[in-house]
Amino acid sequence: MNKVLMSGNNVIAEAAIRAGCRFYAGYPITPQNELTEYMAEHMRNAESGVFIQSESEVAAINMIAGAAATGVRVMTSSSSPGISLKQEGISSMAACELPGIIVNIMRGGPGLGNIRPSQGDYFQATRGGGHGDYRTIVIAPATGQELADLTMDAFDLADKYRTPVMILADGMMGQMMEPVIFKKPTPRQYPEKFMLRGAGTGKSKFIRGLLLDPIDSEEHNWKLARKYEVITKNETLHEEHRVDDADLVIVAYGTAARIAKGAIKRLRDHGMKVGLFRPITLWPFPELKLRALSAKVKDYLVFEMSTGQMLEDVRLALQGYANIEFHGRPGGAVPTPAELANVVAKIYDRKD
Amino acid sequence: MAKIVFKHPQSLKENIYHYCPGCGHSIVHRLVAEVIDEMGIRGITIGVPPAGCAVLAYNYFDVDMIEAPHGRGPAMASAIKRCLPDRVVFSYQGDGDLAAIGIAESLHAANRGENITVIFINNAVYGMTGGQMAPTTLLNQRTTTSPAGRKKELDGHPVKVSEIFSQLGGTTYIERCSVSSPAGVNKTKKAIRKAFQCQIDGLGFSMVEILSLCPTNWKMSSIDSCKWIDDVLSKEFPPGIYKDNIAEAKNTAEAAP
Amino acid sequence: MIVKTIFSGFGGQGVLMMGISLANSAMSKGYHVTYLPAYGAEMRGGTANCTVAVGDEEIASPVASEPDYLIVMNLPSLFTFQNKVSAGGSIFINSSIIDARPNRQDVKTICVPCADMAQELGNNRVANIIMMGAFIKKSNVVSPDIYLKNLETIMGSRKKTLAEINRKAFAAGFDYIKD
Ligand SMILES: Cc1ncc(C[n+]2csc(CCOP(=O)(O)OP(=O)(O)O)c2C)c(N)n1
Ligand code: SF4
Ligand SMILES: [Mg+2]
Repeated sequence: MNKVLMSGNNVIAEAAIRAGCRFYAGYPITPQNELTEYMAEHMRNAESGVFIQSESEVAAINMIAGAAATGVRVMTSSSSPGISLKQEGISSMAACELPGIIVNIMRGGPGLGNIRPSQGDYFQATRGGGHGDYRTIVIAPATGQELADLTMDAFDLADKYRTPVMILADGMMGQMMEPVIFKKPTPRQYPEKFMLRGAGTGKSKFIRGLLLDPIDSEEHNWKLARKYEVITKNETLHEEHRVDDADLVIVAYGTAARIAKGAIKRLRDHGMKVGLFRPITLWPFPELKLRALSAKVKDYLVFEMSTGQMLEDVRLALQGYANIEFHGRPGGAVPTPAELANVVAKIYDRKD
Repeated sequence: MAKIVFKHPQSLKENIYHYCPGCGHSIVHRLVAEVIDEMGIRGITIGVPPAGCAVLAYNYFDVDMIEAPHGRGPAMASAIKRCLPDRVVFSYQGDGDLAAIGIAESLHAANRGENITVIFINNAVYGMTGGQMAPTTLLNQRTTTSPAGRKKELDGHPVKVSEIFSQLGGTTYIERCSVSSPAGVNKTKKAIRKAFQCQIDGLGFSMVEILSLCPTNWKMSSIDSCKWIDDVLSKEFPPGIYKDNIAEAKNTAEAAP
Repeated sequence: MIVKTIFSGFGGQGVLMMGISLANSAMSKGYHVTYLPAYGAEMRGGTANCTVAVGDEEIASPVASEPDYLIVMNLPSLFTFQNKVSAGGSIFINSSIIDARPNRQDVKTICVPCADMAQELGNNRVANIIMMGAFIKKSNVVSPDIYLKNLETIMGSRKKTLAEINRKAFAAGFDYIKD
């Protein structure tokens, strides 16, 4: 398979189709339009592929819920304001245990904000976002290649746990072109018994989230909670970069992590031993991995393109065992590696 | 041997309805189930119940069903039908569900000409949440959120869904019926059957709007409720066929290579 | 080695195409590359820019704190980006329409009257390819052959005449730079 130079938005769409996604619904919003446009062109060419430009994000998420119920692999995508509208359906999919992929190519917020890359939706993504006691698996790729690989993996995870999975990236990841190689997808394993395809001559089924009896509902909530525990135990992903000899470690994900890597190179050139801890799954957060690192490294800088959201998870993970500083650029501002390097250098000097 | 003229439809489970006595939902459920039986489509039918009094419809219909969030039934049904074009897919919706929170999903599914059937229960109130004003509430009708009666200046006008939807290029068959009399019930059943047939023939979007009793929130007896539908509600929402392009759609379908 | 270049100009001058063609060529030579366009509202009001990074190691940040090269096709771009260029870096100027020059002493300035040259070639639209000729000669990021081959692939080699004029334009820019 050859390397191809593709924008992140197109990579996600192509990876989804290769992974067997056969239903996509979406509503235009910058900076993710290329994803919808790619699907419009290519999904309809895929065998039994369905593309619908929905009337709203609300409709889109409910369309993929319906399609998922029939046993088809499904995806929808949007950017921050549209993801707010999808929360109703995400909660509903979690409740009904329907697998599906939601892509959020984040932009500046709150409100309409702007269309620049941002990471302000971390809380919304990792804390559930919609109403009720549920979690969404959240994957935060940082390179074009990861967008390709992790999009494919996301479908397997969604099926395995019958739960919605979010791919959380930002305008920069969506717009940037990088060379990627698409891997061979693994064959799908999704039992027929979860699919709603008409009762035939057998017993009819129904899928619902409404559980009027509080005891039934409580049991359903605990059942979901047990599932989330298994996911937390088995599915965290992270990267450690130059932490072995590090005196200070930057914690960052997605685009911010790439900027951090650029900064680390500069800092290392000046003899400062700085490394990177990059969560790849944001929920489940690689909490134990980060805590383990704190046995060696005592100083951390959380860097986010927000006012400090993942910061809370880092604090929970480090539990006061290490010093935590924060640098944030919210609202669509993207710092350069040089700027971040300056910030880190100041902290690094102060540290001794 | 005596001829059986009345029996429990196969496509209805044995469960006892939770609906109030005299509720129109009970009648319409039965009609839909009878049609499914008569057409022999139980095994290929997928239903989408709404948020509304009919939220538990999956406890009654013995066909595959998936609950939709409030108003989103047509979006779900569209997707299900696109994924499974040879199944019969219907969305069952109240007036709040269809004409307020879900007007966008409903109108656009209709306008896309999705090959689905919508069973639309117009009872002029929000039944489930306790009788609040619905988009279909009549002017001057008292509800819990229009205690002095619906005022056009503040609350707008009753939304005439069949009239509006019949204007959309995507719709094929739209009829408004009423279950306030035996004749009305028979007509309604015919309309439901016609709508399902329209879908099975692949002819596009069909909807049956049904003027339906809500004695509880109207604070009337069942008999008075029937009278109110005939004397008042059906004046604002006249029953009748609002669109029937079935023959035309058939011709186009046959003419297509 | 990591080389970062910013291409900037009016929408319609083909600056995004300049970036994509460079990124594709470098990729085909096995380099790591990133191509980062400005997008959306930024593109309204007629300006466009993109950043291309080419390296023989993984490219950490696609953002250029200090680009090695800056190609400006219009005046506003010069003002926007000239102060970012790294000391010792180079600024390529479309001198047909830009009279101003960088107010920095620590960068090299290469003036290419690419719009006039394009007119001479009888095709106003190839000013960007002429500039790419000059840029490739100076920067040596990829060889001219590789660049032209990739240019044809991404332009779609359907139109022979287009390939021909692009070749001519590229050669004109390449030869304009005397070393
Ligand atoms: C997002 C959301 N908002 C509000 C509700 C509460 N709710 C449930 S049913 C309903 C109205 C139902 O009225 P209608 O659609 O007319 O159905 P009916 O009960 O009259 O048959 C409302 C407001 C909800 N379930 N979801
Ligand atoms: S409240 Fe009205 S619509 Fe709901 S079940 Fe009772 S009678 Fe029927
Ligand atoms: Mg109602």
